[in-house]
Amino acid sequence: MTRHIPWILIAIVGAAALSVVALSRGEAVNALWIVVAAISSFLVAYRYYALYIGRVVMRLDDGRPTPAVRRADGLDYVTTDRVVLFGHHFAAIAGAGPLVGPVLAAQMGYLPGTIWIIAGVVLAGAVQDFMVLFISMRRDGKSLGELIRMEMGQVAGTIALFGAFMIMVIILAVLALIVVKALAESPWGMFTVAATVPLAMFMGAYTRWIRPGRIGEVSLIGLVGLLAAIVYGQSIAASSFWGPVFTFTPLQLCWILIGYGAVASVLPVWLLLAPRDYLSTFLKIGAIAALAIGIVIMAPPLKMHAVTQFVNGNGPVWSGGLFPFLFITIACGAVSGFHALIASGTTPKLIARESDAPIIGYGAMLMEAFVAIMALVGASILDPGIYFTMNSPAAVIGTDAASAAAAVTAMGFPIAPDVIAQTARDVGEHTIISRTGGAPTLAVAMAEIFSHVVGGPAMKAFWYHFAILFEALFILTAVDAGTRAGRFMLQDLIGLVVPAFKETASLLPGLVATALTVAAWGFFLYQGVTDPLGGVNTLWPVFGISNQMLAAIALMLATAVLFRMKRERYAWVTIVPTVWLLICTLSAGLLKLFSADPKVGFLAHADRFSAAADKGDVLAPAKSMAEMRQIIFNDRVDAGLVALFLAVVLSVLFFTIRSCLSARRDAQPTAREIPAQLVAAE
Amino acid sequence: MSAWLPRMRRIAAMMVGMPDYDAYLAHMRNHHPGQPAMDRTQFFRERQEARYGGRNGGKCC
Repeated sequence: MTRHIPWILIAIVGAAALSVVALSRGEAVNALWIVVAAISSFLVAYRYYALYIGRVVMRLDDGRPTPAVRRADGLDYVTTDRVVLFGHHFAAIAGAGPLVGPVLAAQMGYLPGTIWIIAGVVLAGAVQDFMVLFISMRRDGKSLGELIRMEMGQVAGTIALFGAFMIMVIILAVLALIVVKALAESPWGMFTVAATVPLAMFMGAYTRWIRPGRIGEVSLIGLVGLLAAIVYGQSIAASSFWGPVFTFTPLQLCWILIGYGAVASVLPVWLLLAPRDYLSTFLKIGAIAALAIGIVIMAPPLKMHAVTQFVNGNGPVWSGGLFPFLFITIACGAVSGFHALIASGTTPKLIARESDAPIIGYGAMLMEAFVAIMALVGASILDPGIYFTMNSPAAVIGTDAASAAAAVTAMGFPIAPDVIAQTARDVGEHTIISRTGGAPTLAVAMAEIFSHVVGGPAMKAFWYHFAILFEALFILTAVDAGTRAGRFMLQDLIGLVVPAFKETASLLPGLVATALTVAAWGFFLYQGVTDPLGGVNTLWPVFGISNQMLAAIALMLATAVLFRMKRERYAWVTIVPTVWLLICTLSAGLLKLFSADPKVGFLAHADRFSAAADKGDVLAPAKSMAEMRQIIFNDRVDAGLVALFLAVVLSVLFFTIRSCLSARRDAQPTAREIPAQLVAAE
Repeated sequence: MSAWLPRMRRIAAMMVGMPDYDAYLAHMRNHHPGQPAMDRTQFFRERQEARYGGRNGGKCC
């Protein structure tokens, strides 16, 4: 009993912190209360829920050899120290998602987002990662698509693979859109990001020929180069010649990124992708650690309201009410289907013993949730007036300080025009009005926190551009790596019909698949960039829906596996989050399709525009009949996409139910695990 | 405590998907004696290509 006492104390501290966050009204709450509430909840959840799942539901057994033991080859299958593996897995799952979603969700106040991140990760997100890791670990480290095929049949596997490809397309488009929003009209940011390309190529040449394999050394050189680029970026931006050279409109940036994606994803990996991944990975880990330390030192009060009036919908940042849209806006950080691809990737091939799985699968996801909590804190320590100035579309607040200040003040978040102008000057930007997408907002918050600890107000502009660079860097890496991954997925899919297409070594199918992948995400990026409401408004919910649907698919696989193991008694562990995700994503998807509110429903929006077009009217923001037709077309494509996601998830649900029912009829377990006794033979 | 620094190095290397070369050599010695093992540079290139070549799905959002 005594061993439970420390945990009971942690639980009490967590509950107290959470009630401070939830119940204070009127006076400012310190951000540390959120941090304490999150950390204590995560510790208790790990100690009791994760270990319960491991011991009772999965019955982890260290006597069973993991793939790293069974198939040891010193390369892909290597028994790895669990701390080292934790770092590997965390670096692979944590990207831009947990930083952006919570910033966007802050429009409803900090409380709904905090509660969803904590509850979501404990009951859904971490469970999903852990279960998929477990399932893959017991099957030689097979990938999600293969696992679904093994346990639910060929058709279900193919449908899931197709769904995963579409999700990849949307993720790439939305990530690229965030970069466009962060770098448009910002010569300083654009220069520093552009400088990373030659810098990474130099690093690539260095690790290829000069000092092969010296990753640490070359990363330090790269870091020095990055800092120099940020410092010189200021003079570049101020220069009357170079400033305009590095100033791009969103549309120009859109084409630059599409061209970049197409070229970068066919270059040899050692030249650009690998060295930039070294930089972005270490920078990401460093920045996350620095942010955590900064928040603890600064202990900032939260300026955002606990709950804003936008919980009812009609918020400027994204449309739709708290249910279901909050739960898809914060995907990564609470529950992210994309992790199912990572947890069935390299990690299961590296686990040394089964009892390491909880800390890797469940623990790393708790860590990502903590990153999401910090992003939410970042957005909430800003003056809400600044937050809404930065995140509302220009169509709502206009483009100059006076109109923005008037519009945001009218929302109930008073702010003066000169404060807006001063904030922009502080961070070295021309304007902060309508810099949507989350990244610039987080960068302002990070500049606030970092400059409090190091350098004072004079360093704000440096830290802002450091934060923008750090976000842009790993998004560009993701665009590059994601395009390659999308290409292989597409080759597999087309290969089902045209077998010659599967030949990944030959040139033509590879180029065609790459071109198709880039064209697919490029289409949605272009659509987002030209969207008068700022694009994030439209694309982020579609991304959230698709990501949560992939999570639902992964959890349905886990449910089917538990039934096939004859452990259906414990299947509530995965059924509860599955049901919740299905409720959220299906209702969000249906609202996106059929809501009569044109701000929410794609079809209602298309109807409104086509009714006007029939009468010969041009509705703002379109300026011509051609643009009207473009908007209608985009709406219908988006609607078709959402309908497709719904069809994918419903058909996987069908296969899951069928698989569970047939497993119940069998007296024996039917799950296709590698049998435990196979080992001795090896 | 003296193992602290090498461990940090291994964590950092594994974050970018680079496994331990010495472990690979040990594996080759124990399981495939007589077969030629890759040298450090070959090993680095082989692992780099394996991680970034695309099959592994890359990074998360």
